[in-house]
Amino acid sequence: MTVAFSATGTDLNSDMDQRFGRARQFILVDTETNAATILENTQNMNAAQGAGIQAAQNVINAEADAVVTGNCGPKAFQVLQAAGIKIYHTREDTVGSALKALLSGTLQEADSANVDSHWS
Amino acid sequence: MKELIVISGKGGTGKTSLTAAFCHLAHNCVCADCDVDAADLHLILNPEIAQSHTFSSGHEAIIRQDTCTGCGLCEKYCTFDAISQNKNGTFRVDPYACEGCKVCVEFCPAQAIDFLEAECGVWHSSSTRFGTMVHARLHIGAENSGKLVSLVRREARTVAEAEHAELVIVDGPPGIGCPVIASITGADGVLIVTEPSVSGAHDFERVAQLCAHFNIPAYLCINKYDINPELGDSMCAEAAQHDIPTLGKIDFDPAFTAAQIRCQCVTEYEEPGTETIATQVRDLWNTLEKHINP
Amino acid sequence: MPEMRKNQNDSPFTLAIASGKGGTGKTTLATALAEAAGMAVTLRDCDVEEPNAHLFVRPRWNRHTEQNRHVPQIDAQRCSACGKCAELCQFNAIAIAGGRAMVFTELCHSCQGCRRICPEGAISDMDMLMGSLDCGVQLKNPATPINFISGKLAIGQVMAPPLIRAVKNVGAAEPLNILDCPPGTSCPMITAVRGSDFVILVTEPTPFGLNDLELAVETVRQLKLPFGVVINRADTGNSAVRDYCRDNDIAIALEIPWERSIAEAYSRGDSLCDASPALKNKLHTMLHHIMMREETV
Repeated sequence: MTVAFSATGTDLNSDMDQRFGRARQFILVDTETNAATILENTQNMNAAQGAGIQAAQNVINAEADAVVTGNCGPKAFQVLQAAGIKIYHTREDTVGSALKALLSGTLQEADSANVDSHWS
Repeated sequence: MKELIVISGKGGTGKTSLTAAFCHLAHNCVCADCDVDAADLHLILNPEIAQSHTFSSGHEAIIRQDTCTGCGLCEKYCTFDAISQNKNGTFRVDPYACEGCKVCVEFCPAQAIDFLEAECGVWHSSSTRFGTMVHARLHIGAENSGKLVSLVRREARTVAEAEHAELVIVDGPPGIGCPVIASITGADGVLIVTEPSVSGAHDFERVAQLCAHFNIPAYLCINKYDINPELGDSMCAEAAQHDIPTLGKIDFDPAFTAAQIRCQCVTEYEEPGTETIATQVRDLWNTLEKHINP
Repeated sequence: MPEMRKNQNDSPFTLAIASGKGGTGKTTLATALAEAAGMAVTLRDCDVEEPNAHLFVRPRWNRHTEQNRHVPQIDAQRCSACGKCAELCQFNAIAIAGGRAMVFTELCHSCQGCRRICPEGAISDMDMLMGSLDCGVQLKNPATPINFISGKLAIGQVMAPPLIRAVKNVGAAEPLNILDCPPGTSCPMITAVRGSDFVILVTEPTPFGLNDLELAVETVRQLKLPFGVVINRADTGNSAVRDYCRDNDIAIALEIPWERSIAEAYSRGDSLCDASPALKNKLHTMLHHIMMREETV
């Protein structure tokens, strides 16, 4: 499956970006082939509002099956859920360690947003 | 690192004057002025600007006059009354009313409308005698969505982390709309500065509801208390019902204005007869600090 | 009563009371002017985030209406998930997920773009509550009633301008319209003052007052609205505001000194005109001078 990680950098050693909506980019990893591609998200860093919704749209259009991130607000959550995308929250430092945690089954699938609506 | 936001609901209660005093009294803080519509904190803090950045948000529509055929479809479609007809039959967009929805751009049969990024304001990172200050100014008529407020807060937090500051003190906007919401979400505490008047009580009610709605610990300070102590006390009782403790009751004092004229906060202003007010403000700060950073 | 200048099509004379800074005395002045006018007036509280004028006017309420604005409703049967609506929406209020369009109405600006662009006709208008409009009348002086209109934005609702427009457009037949405007110079204030015949900017003689007055002056000048300044608590602070007005050819319509009795009356929500009949006369004179002005925009 294809998993989108919100990331501060462009490779697996990069730190996870704790924010979903305003993450600079997502790293899309194909868990079967281990291939990784970058999905830009800069247009949403500066969105006045609805950054989470747009980031979710971004991820849907890229045909990801799952999202791994730090904080995801209720609107973004709703959109991802409607598209059938699984959401995982993590406090892992790097994209690489978050990927490991996901593959070893230690990440729990989220059933709701973990932060309230926010603007920052 | 903690974040304290000072708001008021109603304007003119002394929020900025008190915020300046807190910046003076705090040991290791970063100041942020999030009242981007009518920023005043700089008048006391006297910042030396180190960096300036433009701030863009959304877009605005501009009709190319040489291409416009005068069909009027844009005016018909605009839901914000932002388009009107010129004497020569072409149409124009009022930049102060345009909300950047793109409808006119999309539907213009002559494709005569440009859609440009709107430069809405400017923000600065500056140094002051109390520490680093992040502040901003929204241009006239700009949309005040809270985005610039969020940016100022974010930058202030970034600076605070870099400088190992303990506290970010934010001068918040008035009202209860988007800018205030953007200023308080995720804060460690909010101090509501109000006055003992029917207006103050009314607006305090709405601001208290807002803090409860977003689950943020709130505290109350009644400024100009001696103008109406009975009303002041009943406001404190009302606040207690909302789980909002009163941390200070400060009397009306011309020293606030006198200090402002000297570009000083009231705790720096040393003139005979002002010791009481300075003490009241210091006591308020000491109590508040213990709540934010126990 | 002397002949007053009316607008070309006999619409009411609209006087907006605004300021850059909050707390300078806009509402106090607006409500006092309504009582001092000596004629029937419509007073509109356009500060929909924190409406206060009713606390002073104490009207007999006679109408309460919920105010709605239009937001999109998607007919899932007709929606083909083509994405044109989401692409057009500048406010990120629409996402395409799970084969259909999803709307986040709290982000919607009611521009009607999605409804117009949908090729399947799958989008229709739905009402969304923005707040309320309350109307009433104050008959302290039955010969000169104050028709009162107040708008109140619902908590958590974020868009003030549509409700402000509703407050301004509710019909009333009085020849004088007084608008109590929101503070600041961003879109709520501009929505309120636009189209007025005259703007009074209320300020105080302090550094904060001057700073915010300059912003407000720039705003009304850009909007090409005639204006004058009222200095409240005029005998406090310093002379910088007065100097600024003089240096920039700005008319000071009135100076109101600080009096503890006025401050206390205000804190109780009492009428300024009752507390100071002398001030009431000055306000009456100022108002009629403004309405008689020969200058046009």
